[in-house]
Amino acid sequence: MGVKNVISHILIIAWKDLIELFRNKMALAMLMLMPIFMMAMAGFIFPSSTSMSNISVALVNEDKGSASSMFIDVLERINNSTEMMVLTNASSFDEVRNMIQRGDVEGGIVITRNFSLNLMTGEQGSIIIVTDQSNPQISIALQTGLKAVFDQMGTVLAQKNVEPLNATNSLAVVKPYHVETQGAIPGTFNYFDFMAPGLMAMTVMMSVMTGLPAAISHEREVGTLDGMMVAPIRRLGIILGKTLAQTVRGLLQGILTLILAIALFGVVIHGSILLIFALLFLGVFSFVGLGVVITSFAKDQETAMMVMMTLMFPMMFLSGVFFPIQQMPWYMQSISKALPLTYAITALRKVMVLGADLSAISLEVAVLIGFGTVMTLIALPVFRRAMTK
Amino acid sequence: MHGIEVNNLTKRFGTLVAVDHVSFSVEEGEIFGLLGPNGAGKTTIIRMLSTLTRPTEGTASVGGYDVVKEDGKVRELIGLVSEKMILYDRLTAKENLWFFGRLYNIPGELLNKKIDELLKLVKLTKWKNSQVGTFSTGMRQRINVIRAMLNMPEILFLDEPTLGLDPQSSVEIREFIRKINRENKVTIILTTHMMAEADMLCDRIGIIDYGKIAALDTPINLKKLISGADSTILELEIPNLTTDMIHSIQSLKCVSSVSQNNSTRIKVNANGDDAFDTIIDAIRANKGKIISVKTLEPTLEDVFLQITGHEVRDKADQKIKMKMHRHHMPKTRVR
Repeated sequence: MGVKNVISHILIIAWKDLIELFRNKMALAMLMLMPIFMMAMAGFIFPSSTSMSNISVALVNEDKGSASSMFIDVLERINNSTEMMVLTNASSFDEVRNMIQRGDVEGGIVITRNFSLNLMTGEQGSIIIVTDQSNPQISIALQTGLKAVFDQMGTVLAQKNVEPLNATNSLAVVKPYHVETQGAIPGTFNYFDFMAPGLMAMTVMMSVMTGLPAAISHEREVGTLDGMMVAPIRRLGIILGKTLAQTVRGLLQGILTLILAIALFGVVIHGSILLIFALLFLGVFSFVGLGVVITSFAKDQETAMMVMMTLMFPMMFLSGVFFPIQQMPWYMQSISKALPLTYAITALRKVMVLGADLSAISLEVAVLIGFGTVMTLIALPVFRRAMTK
Repeated sequence: MHGIEVNNLTKRFGTLVAVDHVSFSVEEGEIFGLLGPNGAGKTTIIRMLSTLTRPTEGTASVGGYDVVKEDGKVRELIGLVSEKMILYDRLTAKENLWFFGRLYNIPGELLNKKIDELLKLVKLTKWKNSQVGTFSTGMRQRINVIRAMLNMPEILFLDEPTLGLDPQSSVEIREFIRKINRENKVTIILTTHMMAEADMLCDRIGIIDYGKIAALDTPINLKKLISGADSTILELEIPNLTTDMIHSIQSLKCVSSVSQNNSTRIKVNANGDDAFDTIIDAIRANKGKIISVKTLEPTLEDVFLQITGHEVRDKADQKIKMKMHRHHMPKTRVR
């Protein structure tokens, strides 16, 4: 039995599975809705700079100089266009703290006493952002949002300062003040750029991981699997054929996710699209073995789905789809490092966000190939045994 | 000559012994029946022979190949119609047949021809491009059976091929089975819990009960097991039946039992060469007017009862029980 035959069996099985899928209108609709829901969830529930608005913020101006009033002027102008904050005036730092405690506001900005003076004398002016630590999501958003506002404003101010020197297009703009924030999460500001690769990887993996056991154990239950098992074909062909069909299904969802991310949330892909798809395929490959093992042990479709769901959820959170791994405690990080999804997402993120090439993600690729190979080698005999029980 | 050789084949599921040291052989070109109630182990035997289940003990060879060590070779020789239909509802009849045909590496052109041929054979050509899910059970089973014939198997396994079919579809399937056995020289092993079906189709029948073969012979020989040469079962209809008449029949030496079915009908069990005449004479002597006489032949059901000591009864499915209780099929002989 040659390789050619095995490939032809893989293709015919995948063809059959896909026809079945595409004729199931309900399943097809769900298939399309799933990425849309995921996107909506990720885009609107979790904060990102594009989606945050109307956070109530207390503003304290302890400074009496002209720089601070201009500062507030610019802040308000920018805020009017983004509608990110609702500003309330307050008298002191302590009052802001009380207001946060009472829940009147969700954050505060304090311009310190000698802000204008310091700026005049060439020193750094100080602005304190007061955030509500009990509500980390809001405070993160506030920090990132305010930082963006200050960045913009700083450029305006700096340019104003150097204007008298007739250097409008100066190369180096010195930001004349410094902003103090106590950030919990280091790094990325556009939460969505961070999420999109993870979501994509997750959608594809989830599709394969839930689809494969369901497809195999469903066929076993209705009895059609016997038709394949009784034919003189390799068991590997059955597994890979089913996997191919599920991968195509997953990739369709992945592509849809990507299109939505680009169209609705302005995600920009910096790396090569081909490399992204290669990574998704590799991710699937790393998962298949595990899916097959679960299928082999589960008696029926229901059990298979339950086992899958139980594994999927922790994996989703541990692999850094929604939160960076770096912020987890060390023991969670070590679990995370044992999951193939983590590597798939890391690699995907590097490619999509940072535009990395293959050499930059060689470690992740190696881990994925290694994990996939080992799992497949385990899965094949287990599957063969389980099917001829 | 290769048929099927089964030696001490045993399958245990945990503590349950589904098949218990079964040995038999099937000749090439034969239709061999495995008869027994649900849960007797018929399906497990079929699954082991078709390489789908691994035997716990014992060996079996199909077409000269060992079902465990040479499972690939066995698979090339066999076709399987299992209890559950091996068809995809969302695929059309043609797509289903195409899919399974391609698994056997049948080249496209040849496969297309083969599909048309087989569809014509079961008179489903005009449904070629309809989804199987829209078919009636009988139609689906016909497709299911020709699916198993795609690779021109030398040996065909049929697990309850007429289960749940209406009488007309059952007849069609049986005719098809006979046809491929005769014309394509296909060796057939079929399981059934229907005595009549086994009687009609099989060259030899193995009666299975609780995982063991209780008896194995041709249907005629099996029936002889209980009937003996001289036993007679008569059903008589006498409109002017009287108690005296019944008593006088009962008192005859050759008569072993008389039972009254209703006011005009009696059933008489008797022994001896001249039993028939003696009984008729006794009725005439009592001025009885006989409208009809039926001699009832022993059925496989009687054989089963005799051999196993209990009726064919399902362990699992009570519904099917209704179908199985086909009582003595009468062969009418009116005098």
